[in-house]
Amino acid sequence: MSDGVPLETGPGRAGWNWHLAVLGFAILWWNIYRNLQPAAEWMTAQLPLERHSHAGEAVAFFLYDVPKVMMLLTLIVFAMGVVRSFFSPEKTRAFLSGKREGVGNMMAAGLGVLTPFCSCSAVPLFIGFVSAGIPLGVTFSFLIAAPMVNEVALVLLFGLVGWQVALTYLAFGLAIAGVAGWVIGRLRLEAWLQDWVREIHAGDGAEGLDEAHLTMVDRYRLGIAAVREIFAKVWVWILLGIGLGALIHGYVPQALMERIMGAEAWWSVPAAVLLGIPMYTNAAGVIPIVEALLGKGAALGTVLAFMMSVIALSLPEMIILRQVLTLRLIAVFITVVAGGILAVGYLFNLMF
Amino acid sequence: MKSVKVFGPGCKRCETTAEMVRAAAAKLGVEVEVEKVTDPRAIAMAGVMSTPGISIDGKLVHAGGLPDAAKLEGWLGV
Repeated sequence: MSDGVPLETGPGRAGWNWHLAVLGFAILWWNIYRNLQPAAEWMTAQLPLERHSHAGEAVAFFLYDVPKVMMLLTLIVFAMGVVRSFFSPEKTRAFLSGKREGVGNMMAAGLGVLTPFCSCSAVPLFIGFVSAGIPLGVTFSFLIAAPMVNEVALVLLFGLVGWQVALTYLAFGLAIAGVAGWVIGRLRLEAWLQDWVREIHAGDGAEGLDEAHLTMVDRYRLGIAAVREIFAKVWVWILLGIGLGALIHGYVPQALMERIMGAEAWWSVPAAVLLGIPMYTNAAGVIPIVEALLGKGAALGTVLAFMMSVIALSLPEMIILRQVLTLRLIAVFITVVAGGILAVGYLFNLMF
Repeated sequence: MKSVKVFGPGCKRCETTAEMVRAAAAKLGVEVEVEKVTDPRAIAMAGVMSTPGISIDGKLVHAGGLPDAAKLEGWLGV
């Protein structure tokens, strides 16, 4: 161990202080959260606006949703930061290598959600997985689930649309990742990797790093770091998204939306998926728009298909993956994932 | 002179990490040569699956996310 920094170990005094601070924060959080709605109504009432006018609706929506979303994000991103500190790409790789296809695909999808991952690491991670003997399809399940089922998306769906939709999104996101990866695995496309990827043998130097020895306090710190990082990245998008959502909420007529994005228009699901591919934003920017669209009568399946397509099929990530995949393989990847999203979109429109 | 390599495709966090290494070294008065490794092949060969990664004199000390400033000084200091 070259680590010369004294770290707090065990449940010492500092450890207990941290536990208490986290608990105190949770209680404070809950009490503020409970009172957001009345506070927003009160603030709206102070403005020289008719509450049920277009502007009044839009402002009330904005004042309630912005703090609500920010608070939910803080809580969940912190919790996920702590949970993720128990996982690492190295552990996930060790766990997945030797797993059969099928079971391996579903596990990879689940681990894709829990393993810390940033899309700029997609290439080294891909190589690391494939060269460790993890089947191509299983690797894809991981790479599809990681961006699609992310905690920001779930928080926003939960907070703005409802827990049923959030849960269904989680289930179907995992299902698409698992099945799409399995299909890609069945197609036996290993030959469509870039040549050098098949020949490389990645090192395993990152196993057994200091990161393995974390105290609970270290994990709390990682949670806080995650909150900071996510907020730095998404706050503008949340404000913009909720602002746009508020405008739709206040001004766009319901009949128009129902005609364009309602369940009757069969072409709306594929159109939503196609529209989503070149669009690149994170979940934070998309979901407030999703909520407002839903409130105006857009069909749930259509809107979710749009959202999944925006998040899971992004051009920048394709360009990064182009280094390791041939264009043919990328085309297959897009086709299979888009097919899954289409299926989910139609299914939701039938179900809800 | 320590040879430090920062592994990462050139994203913002990798830049920040390289800066942190230089800052920590300057603070400790340790002479370092920081090299940024951006080639995905080289990153994978080093066993880094989550970037940014850091190696010091050929030994990998960190992978994934920004390093902790205190730990960084620990790695450079010994």
